[in-house]
Amino acid sequence: MTESSFTGQGALGGGLQNDAGHRMSRRNLLRGTAISAGAVALPSLLTACGGGPADAGKTVAMGSNASDPVPKKAYGEAFKAYEKQSKEKRKVKVNTVDHNSFQENINRYLQSTPDDVFMWFAGYRMQFFAKKNLLHEISDLWSGFDGFSDAIKDQSTGEDGKQYFVPFYYYPWAVFHRRSVFQKYGYEAPKNLDEYVALAKQMQKDKLIPIAFADKDGWPAMGTFDYLNMRINGYEFHKALMAGEKAWNGTEVKEVFDTWRRLMPYHQEGANGRTWQEAAGALQKSEAGMAVFGLPQPGQQFPDDEREDLDFFVFPEINPEHGTDAVEAPIDGFLLAKKGKNLKDDKGMEAAKDLLKFLATAEAENTYLEHDPTNIAVHEEADTAKYSELQQKAVELVSSAKQISQFLDRDTRPDFASTVMIPALQSFIGNPKDIDGLVNDIERQKKTVFAAD
Amino acid sequence: MSLTSTRGDRGRRRRGARRFNRRDRVVLAVLLGLAILIDLFIIWGPTVASIGLSFTSYDGIGDITWVGLDNYRTAFTEYPQFWPAVRHNLMWLGFLGLVATPFGLFLAVLIDRGVRFSRFYQSAIYLPVVLSLAIVGFIAQLVFSRDQGALNALLGRQDNPIDWIGDPDINIWMVMIAAAWRHTGYVMILYLAGLKAVDASLKEAAAIDGANERQTFFRVVFPTLRPVNVIVMVITVIEALRAFDIVYAINRGRNGLELLSVLVTDNIIGEASRIGFGSAIAVVLLVFSLGFVVTYLVQELRGEKNR
Repeated sequence: MTESSFTGQGALGGGLQNDAGHRMSRRNLLRGTAISAGAVALPSLLTACGGGPADAGKTVAMGSNASDPVPKKAYGEAFKAYEKQSKEKRKVKVNTVDHNSFQENINRYLQSTPDDVFMWFAGYRMQFFAKKNLLHEISDLWSGFDGFSDAIKDQSTGEDGKQYFVPFYYYPWAVFHRRSVFQKYGYEAPKNLDEYVALAKQMQKDKLIPIAFADKDGWPAMGTFDYLNMRINGYEFHKALMAGEKAWNGTEVKEVFDTWRRLMPYHQEGANGRTWQEAAGALQKSEAGMAVFGLPQPGQQFPDDEREDLDFFVFPEINPEHGTDAVEAPIDGFLLAKKGKNLKDDKGMEAAKDLLKFLATAEAENTYLEHDPTNIAVHEEADTAKYSELQQKAVELVSSAKQISQFLDRDTRPDFASTVMIPALQSFIGNPKDIDGLVNDIERQKKTVFAAD
Repeated sequence: MSLTSTRGDRGRRRRGARRFNRRDRVVLAVLLGLAILIDLFIIWGPTVASIGLSFTSYDGIGDITWVGLDNYRTAFTEYPQFWPAVRHNLMWLGFLGLVATPFGLFLAVLIDRGVRFSRFYQSAIYLPVVLSLAIVGFIAQLVFSRDQGALNALLGRQDNPIDWIGDPDINIWMVMIAAAWRHTGYVMILYLAGLKAVDASLKEAAAIDGANERQTFFRVVFPTLRPVNVIVMVITVIEALRAFDIVYAINRGRNGLELLSVLVTDNIIGEASRIGFGSAIAVVLLVFSLGFVVTYLVQELRGEKNR
């Protein structure tokens, strides 16, 4: 648009052509509005340009959001392993889309001509699409699965009690720190909130930023919110709150924000202007003592030779009634798209289900994790011998958990998470004083958003 | 009187019709028709569609349900980002219109008077214009970042850094400065072209009449720049209303950088898909733009009549 209004500049001198210049700019003004309004149509056009049809029964189309090099290669290896063991010589045709674009276009993707199998997340974020009738149920496959815990099965189940999801790997959230820093100052992992605060105070005395913190990306602070909420009010409350059943302006949530406000002086300042990479960098450079993260995040920011030094402890207990029962461990995996290209054909469906059956084995997960060691296999029989110490500790953490939550933006409606909670948490970080105003704002918007169905 | 004038009109019309033969008319119809069709289809179609959608609740998957004015009520009363976004758009307009644009004019006048190295200044100031605003956003991050930014390093404030783009009270100003950095060059080059086209004899005449420099500029030169002024004004309004990429590149338009265009995108695109609600905000933006367009049209048409 800039270019076209700029061409009007050539006509400046001559009076005759001036009007043409004006008209163009005027139209541009309108066009600008129309583009922002008509932007709805564009992504659907983009997603419609997927791969062509494949011959049914031989090729399974796979929609992948694994655009980062490490996971992309790891998935590639897992699919290669499938192709090698397939007696019918089936092939997997991977269609990789940038991770964020994939997420942003998921609605339109699933409604146009999606790939047969696609990568997605467990929990509410999967149930949402199951409810909208955009997924194929795979309860028949699940009856043949073994090696998945009940908590994992629960996360793969829709609200109608049927299974839709094949879990593949997960990564727990915890409080990360450097082993060497803890040794140097003689710190010990805190068991409860008081010890956590005492440790933070000690770190301040030792000229460290106690808790590295970032929320420019909008989602990292959700991890802290979830943990505080589950430690104070328990997993069941978290689930009900995320489902829109509990009030955000009740005493429970106020207590969460109140506790967080007490902890705020120990958090790294200016989190709204910092990316999670920068916060993880502060931890890596030993400027900060601790940080609440998911396993892959600090893992990626630490150079290979320093990764041994990375350690974590469970988010400390606050209310003894709930202890440290719940662990936040988002699960990634696979779904069958209702409108999948080849799924209308019985042979195509058989092929896709055959692939899912393979992906639900320990063997597939082993192949994947060999090439992406920042995650943990969900299958109980997966080979943990090659795991790093940190991975093994993560396995222990999750298997000792009584409940597994996903993450704020995976446990609730996507529109609520992105248009209400991201700005709300950022405004809390910017101004932690006005908790009443904040929770009332959230509750009002929650009612509107959840009433939208 | 009336009789003659009608006859005159008719005569003119006939003459006008005769000037185009059948082939001309077909060509005209096709060319105009195509343009009108495209205009209706890709501009007015989506516009009308989003006005329609703004009265509905639609998540992009299920049914479209009519909700009347609910979306507007929600936006005006419950959506905490709405009024800040409106305010920021107006601030953007004010800043570009009252600071960046006059500054661009000022630079153009200086360069036009032929200061030393004017070619160099001209290209240096114009350089940012070739960058997309998204790139300007990335540059702004490098400069304004709290921990690693150039500005805090220059000010020697590493120990007590100012959070230029994370503090919601100041980040909008920083971003507007970055946007103005680009806008100024754009305005400067437009005015420079305009100034070069001003007839030198006008200035001479003014000088002979005893006008001083200031009078010459404001009374003689500036009025002859009217066509440029109009274009610059329109561009400024467009830039202010469509501002999007720079804040989106910086922090996706959150935390003090809300703009109407960002709210539209956040609600419509992405997993959220509150299409009805997002459309309502888009309609607000449309009404804003129409306000400027209509004012501008009325002015133009009146001006034409007076001329």
